[in-house]
Amino acid sequence: MLNRRGLIKGSGALAAAFTPLQALADTVTLPIGNGERPIVKYPQKRPMIGLTSRPPQLETPFSVFNEGVITPNDAFFVRYHLAGLPLDIDPDTFTVEVKGKVNKPLKLKLADLKRLPAIEIVAVNQCSGNSRGFFEPRVAGGQSGNGAMGNARWRGVPLKTVLDQAGVQAGAKQVTFNGMDGPVLDTTPDFVKALDLDHARDGEVMLAYQMNGADLPFLNGFPLRLVVPGYYGTYWVKHLNEITVIDTVFDNFWMKTAYRIPDNDCHCVEPGTAPKATVPINRFTVRSFITSVADGARVKAGQVVLKGIAFDSGSGIKEVAVSTDDGKSWTPAKLGQDLGKYSFREWQLPVTLAAGAHVLKARATSNAGKVQPATASWNPAGYMRNVIEAVHVTAS
Amino acid sequence: MNRFVLGGLLVAGGIALALSVSAKPVDYQLPDDTTAFKPGPNLDIVQGNCGSCHSADYIQTQPRGPKFGKDFWQAEVTKMIKVYGAPIKEADVPKIVEYLSATY
Repeated sequence: MLNRRGLIKGSGALAAAFTPLQALADTVTLPIGNGERPIVKYPQKRPMIGLTSRPPQLETPFSVFNEGVITPNDAFFVRYHLAGLPLDIDPDTFTVEVKGKVNKPLKLKLADLKRLPAIEIVAVNQCSGNSRGFFEPRVAGGQSGNGAMGNARWRGVPLKTVLDQAGVQAGAKQVTFNGMDGPVLDTTPDFVKALDLDHARDGEVMLAYQMNGADLPFLNGFPLRLVVPGYYGTYWVKHLNEITVIDTVFDNFWMKTAYRIPDNDCHCVEPGTAPKATVPINRFTVRSFITSVADGARVKAGQVVLKGIAFDSGSGIKEVAVSTDDGKSWTPAKLGQDLGKYSFREWQLPVTLAAGAHVLKARATSNAGKVQPATASWNPAGYMRNVIEAVHVTAS
Repeated sequence: MNRFVLGGLLVAGGIALALSVSAKPVDYQLPDDTTAFKPGPNLDIVQGNCGSCHSADYIQTQPRGPKFGKDFWQAEVTKMIKVYGAPIKEADVPKIVEYLSATY
């Protein structure tokens, strides 16, 4: 019998051999020091920027964000922490447990979840360390460019529905989430995350079994993942099979030590220093990107329509302003279709570029009044970058 | 058989497999590691200790420069032991740090 891996590898090689227009470079170089990355091909994924193999971390090629406001499943970024992946999953026997401080512990199959009233939310998932490679001074950790983010239409059941079914007991404080992936060694802390009970029951935090109208790709958490709109991806636990209500504040490594940000307004400190107090990372900062031209591109002089995306943690985007003179003057862009307050919001603006070099910038303002800063702030873990990005182009 | 037809059939087969994944049990096949540990001092100790939990690209992609020398790698190895529970023998720690600071 043909081995599936062999078949996919073989078909890929043949397809590449006979479609020279789609021939792929073997590597791509992100605009950061030591930024060379292999282009890798995983089952269910198109060629992606490979950050690490084991466990897999794949970054979305940035040009994908100019193809549409929804990030396709086969281009959606991948980030695991621990290399024990549940490679064999049978969705018919898969169950998620709801236990701990509940009146009636539950074991739910996928079919049980799919019988409950479903909701859909278009929401951005973004890695806490998206853009870490641009931190200056540089910091240790996954050296991502800007492609550790994506926007999808998630379908599933509100976590509130199953928590209500189980009956949360008085005195409960938090809910913890564990997935089927785990460490290679027993001595490594398993990846488990927690949300406050009120947040877990807000009706938007979701047990998602579909993404953009299809089952979740394996590497994005098949068959069930937590979706926490507006919050960094660290909470979006994949292959979710254990939900535990607790009456304490969860203090494992992944909540108490990792994924912490400085406890101040900017969530930042002087470069090279350590924060005095920290809190668990939580909501996204407001960000925007120009997607229609890449940094370093050559463009035709004259009129060009600039396009891009913006998002925040769920107040929605109020304005995106664009500068073609390195931030000296700004013009509001036209916002695109509103797919919901947690979604990427497209924008576009026709501009005229005279022959010569230009520095293009986009600056988003959220409905909550937050504006992207002109200078980058710094924190030791390299989280939450949201400075106004610069795109250098030459028109001729 | 014409090679183009053969190629098309294999591609179609690959697509059919990809579609069938959603309805049937997943048996996901991860590609092999793309990066090897570079040659350097104490390579076997490094492969045995570091490579058991993660691929070499975790090391390969870290920032370079004067601030990412011996102290940086010492802190990383300490983190692997204290935080991630890596069972690295005390005598191997300086050997691993030597490899990392000499090689990356």
